Amino acid sequence: MIRLAFTIALRQGGFTLEVADAASVEVLGVFGPSGSGKTSLLEVIAGLRTPDTGHVRVADRLLFSTGQRVNVPPHQRQVGYVPQDVALFPHLDVRGNLLYGAPSRSRVPLPDSRLPTSGFAKASPDTPDSRHDLEHICTTLEIAHLVDRRVADLSGGERQRVALGRALMSAPRILLLDEPLTAVDRSRKDRILPYLLRIRRELHVPMVYVTHDWREMHEIADRVLILDQGRVREVKERRDT
Amino acid sequence: MEQGVLSIAAFTALMGVLSTLVALPLGIGAAFVLARRSFTGKPVVETLLALPLVLPPVATGFLLLQVLGLHSVVGRALDAAGIEVVFTWKAVVLAMAVMSFPLIVLTVRAGFEQVDVRYERVAATLGAGPARVFLTITLPLATRSIVAAAILGFARALGEFGATIVVAGGIPGRTQTLAVAIFNLTEAGRDADAANLLLMSVALAFGAMLLANIIQRRKRAA
Repeated sequence: MIRLAFTIALRQGGFTLEVADAASVEVLGVFGPSGSGKTSLLEVIAGLRTPDTGHVRVADRLLFSTGQRVNVPPHQRQVGYVPQDVALFPHLDVRGNLLYGAPSRSRVPLPDSRLPTSGFAKASPDTPDSRHDLEHICTTLEIAHLVDRRVADLSGGERQRVALGRALMSAPRILLLDEPLTAVDRSRKDRILPYLLRIRRELHVPMVYVTHDWREMHEIADRVLILDQGRVREVKERRDT
Repeated sequence: MEQGVLSIAAFTALMGVLSTLVALPLGIGAAFVLARRSFTGKPVVETLLALPLVLPPVATGFLLLQVLGLHSVVGRALDAAGIEVVFTWKAVVLAMAVMSFPLIVLTVRAGFEQVDVRYERVAATLGAGPARVFLTITLPLATRSIVAAAILGFARALGEFGATIVVAGGIPGRTQTLAVAIFNLTEAGRDADAANLLLMSVALAFGAMLLANIIQRRKRAA
C-alpha cells in the first residue's frame, strides 16, 4: 500500500491534461480510451514530462511541485517505468537489461527509510544479495532460463516479463505500467496477467496500471481513475468494479 | 636528404591518427549537443561548425595562423608557455583536425539521431543519470556511426592540403604530408616521383573509405 497524490495540469498542443487524485493504493488503475491522457499521466509521475502546474507525491516524498519549485529528475525518482513497447535495450542481453537498474553501492541511499522499498532495495550487482534478488525476481516471473538470451530472440510475452523484471530490479517504490498487455495476444495476456498479480501479491510493489481493457482493470486494480479527454470522469474503488 | 615515399606516408598516417584522436571526442560532444539539445542560436552554431566544409581550406589555414600567431592572445599564451605550434607537426595535426571536425560531427550526429530516445528515457527511470545514460545507452547504440566518423575523419585528414601548407608549411622531414609532397614534386617537375606518392595516397584513402563504407553498409543492414 502506498500513498499517491497528484494534481496535474499539462497543456501540449491542442491537448490538455487536468487530473487530480489522492489515495492509498496497492494498484491504481488508469482506464480510458486512446488519447485520454493515460500515458501522459504516467510520464509526469516518472518525471519524463513536466506539467505546467501541480504536484506529485509518492508516499511522503515530493517529486514535483510548481509551488515549492521541486522537480526531482527521473533517475532519482525510484519509479519502475515499463513503457507500452517495453524498450528493452537491444545492445544488452537479458541479464544486462535486468541488472541495468539494480542499485549499486555508489548510489546514494534514500533519505527516508520509512518508505516501503520491498525486500530487494539493498541489491547491488556485485553482491550475493543482488544475485538472490535476480534469482527471486527471475523465479517469480519465470524468466531464469532467458537470462543469457539476446533481446532480439525473445517472444512478445517474454519481452514483457523481462521488462517487468528490469523495472523490479531497480528496487522501485512504485511500478508504472503503460498498457503492459496491449502488445500481446489474448492467450499470452492470460499467461502474463498472473505474473502481474504475483508482483502485487508476493513482492508487494505498488503499481499504477494503465490500460483500456476493463477486464484487466477489474482483475488487478483496487482503485480506478477513468480518464476521458484529459480529465478524471469517474473514480471507482475495488468494491465498485 | 630526401624523405622516402614510405616515410612520408607513415608521417601522414600518424598525423591523421593523431588529428582523429583530437577531433573525435570533441566531435562526439558537439554532435550529442546538436542531436539532443535545443538552445538559442543553434542554427548559428551548426553553421559555424560546418564552415570548414565550405570555406577554402587555405582560408581556414590563414585563420588558424592568425589565431596561433604572436599577434593573438592564444599565440602569445602558447609562446609564453614555450609551446611552438606553427610550422611544426602540431600545426599539421591541428589543421587536419579542424578540417575533419565537421565531417565527424555530421556523421556522429546522424548516428545519435538514429538512437531511439525511448531507451534513454527508460534508462533514466531505472536510476541512470545523464552521464551514465550517455555512456551505457547512447554511445554503444551509436558505435557504428562513431567508428565510421573516425574513419571518414582520418581519410579527410590524409588528403588535407590547403590549411596544412599555410599553417605548417610543408617542410620536408618535419611537416611534409603526402598531399604537400605531391604538390612540391609537381612544382619541381618531378612527375614520376609525384606519381609514386599519388599511388600511396590513393591506396591509403581507398582503404579508409572502403572500411567506412563497409561499416555503414552493416549499419544499414542491422
